[in-house]
Amino acid sequence: MFHTEVLEVNMGPQHPATHGVLRVILGLDGETIVECKPVIGYLHRGVEKLSENKLYVMIPPLCDRLDYVGSASQNLGYIQAVEKLCGIEVPERGEYIRVILAELNRISSHLVWLGTHGLDIGAMTVFFYTFREREMILDLFEAFCGARLTTNMFRFGGTLEDLPPGWVEGCRRFIDLLPSRIQEYEGLLSKNRIWLERTKGVGVISAEAAINWGLTGPCLRGSGVNYDVRKAMPYGAYDRFQFDVPLGTNCDTYDRYVIRVEEMRQSVRIIRQALETLPGGDFRGKVPKKIKPPVAEIYHVIEGPRGEQGFYIRSDGSEKPYRMRFKSPSFVNLQALPVMSRGHLIADVVAIIGTLDIVLGDVDR
Amino acid sequence: MDTRLLIENVLIPAIKVGVVLGVMSGAIAYTTLLERKVLGFIQLRLAPRRVGFHGILQPIADGIKLLLKEDIIPDRADRALFILAPVISVIPAFAALAVIPFAGHSFEMFGHKITPWITDVNIGILYILSISSLGVYGIMLGGWASNSKYPLLGSLRSAAQMVSYEVPLGLAIIGPLMMAGTASMTGIVRAQERLGMWFVFPQIVGLFCYFVSGIAETNRLPFDLPEAEAELVAGYQTEYSGMKFAFFYLAEYTNMVVVSAIATTLWLGGWLRPFPNVEALSFLNFLDFISPALSGVFWFAFKVFAVLYLYIWIRGTFPRYRYDQLMNLGWKWLLPISLANVVVTALVLVLKQRAGG
Repeated sequence: MFHTEVLEVNMGPQHPATHGVLRVILGLDGETIVECKPVIGYLHRGVEKLSENKLYVMIPPLCDRLDYVGSASQNLGYIQAVEKLCGIEVPERGEYIRVILAELNRISSHLVWLGTHGLDIGAMTVFFYTFREREMILDLFEAFCGARLTTNMFRFGGTLEDLPPGWVEGCRRFIDLLPSRIQEYEGLLSKNRIWLERTKGVGVISAEAAINWGLTGPCLRGSGVNYDVRKAMPYGAYDRFQFDVPLGTNCDTYDRYVIRVEEMRQSVRIIRQALETLPGGDFRGKVPKKIKPPVAEIYHVIEGPRGEQGFYIRSDGSEKPYRMRFKSPSFVNLQALPVMSRGHLIADVVAIIGTLDIVLGDVDR
Repeated sequence: MDTRLLIENVLIPAIKVGVVLGVMSGAIAYTTLLERKVLGFIQLRLAPRRVGFHGILQPIADGIKLLLKEDIIPDRADRALFILAPVISVIPAFAALAVIPFAGHSFEMFGHKITPWITDVNIGILYILSISSLGVYGIMLGGWASNSKYPLLGSLRSAAQMVSYEVPLGLAIIGPLMMAGTASMTGIVRAQERLGMWFVFPQIVGLFCYFVSGIAETNRLPFDLPEAEAELVAGYQTEYSGMKFAFFYLAEYTNMVVVSAIATTLWLGGWLRPFPNVEALSFLNFLDFISPALSGVFWFAFKVFAVLYLYIWIRGTFPRYRYDQLMNLGWKWLLPISLANVVVTALVLVLKQRAGG
């Protein structure tokens, strides 16, 4: 008689909705997913190994290229780890500028996420709206350091430069504008029936499962777990600012969407406070000519746009690290893709990949 | 006498077919430009403006590009069906144009009376329904013949979708049909003229159902599941290139125009100017001094493009439905609503007749 077979479909590495070079092998029963295997490694550049042959000062540009959408956070995390290792002090102004730039970067990363997530689900116009605002952030970065994407804005002991004249006003104009623009995106999506149907109840992962799978960032908070490194283990100047950590209740794609949008608002709040209380003084402290940490190891985490970013450095007392290891949020979040997408339809896999907000450079390193 | 018969029955229809095909192909090509321009306007970008003044020659450039492109037939494809599929989808799309009345008044040319439609059959709307439902074969066969997974999934989706949405589409059409008491396309417009009101007012529910189903039938966002680029790459079109791809594209846009033309004829008064019975507004037929047929064509085209604009606007605004939600919407919402519309319309008509007679 008749028998049915599981149809194996290869999604990616060249596929418009896998956000780069992710390959997912889908086992399909009709349109329903029975099996989902992510295959990674297409963007592996061996950054960790490469770092072992580089001076400490030569590594930050590599960090930028891990998660190229949230490059400032990567940069900041590595530099703070080395500073911790060597005991380098950062002047208050430097810390504030770092916070402003890192939060701007978080907004820009979330804007990219929102645009591409919308595009995956078929709402193409949001993409252009979010990129309009992202452009403004990139312009601010360009005014600050000359680069737009892989910015490399931070240095040991502070930042590359002091804020250029007029920058604060430009930044203030932007954060005054952004909330109204966020409202615009929400007008297109938040109450849109199709958007709700496509995201509610899709990719549900319980708080317990989320912790067990090691999810971090908005994906973890979407399941209602209150963990944000900025609050839990404040680094830099984050303990000086007031902001809320939005949490989800339904553990689904819609909640994660709401959380990321709210995080943009909270970032605006942090930037506003930082701009208002921006202290004077040096932007960069006294740093030894040669970065030569003592024999030690360190693990430093910060809250990047995608979640907890860990930086492990083992130093053998030379000018180069003995071992480097980056714990990337995209990688751990991607692990949950098979669990989250089982039993859903093909269209949901695309939505779930979008909601996990992976950057393949960060996954493969 | 014999030659006159020959001219009126063979030559004039042939010329009319040629003119309609030519003009409509041009209009359809420029629909793509309209779409890109409107989407550009919605999405804060400039849209094509390199080829010609503000990109006015872009459709021609696109056509030439597609003609010159390499035409790939996948190794393990079913060759015959693979070549046939785009043709199957494009022919019904164009064939549906045969009964659409572009204007209401005949005109004289070289001593012959010429009607501004190719033919006016008394089952016009049924003809369109039956012809345009053949288009699904092109998509299905195209996806099947490609012998590839994404096209197969796309064609399965389109088969389910187009068959499902044909039902509410057909039911939605019945409303104006009953009110007009005829299935002839010109007859329906004339009934609206007699009534002094377009059917859009009494039949707004029907128009809504028709338009939603029409979007689904033409595979446009938010119902573009068969070619959802984020999920299925390009669905049934994935393996197609060059002119065959262009044919699918042409079929999609022709179907859009046909759906808009039916909506115009059945609900929006076809060639009639707005407020057809208000004498004071007769200046709206400002093309009458050349020919009443011309002003009919003008208003018809105006309404068709207004509906097309709505199409594009929707594409710029909405996300895409999921497969199961699409089926839900079709069977659980549109079908009962359009069915109720038919029943209510019938009841009102019967009661009116009783009251009148």
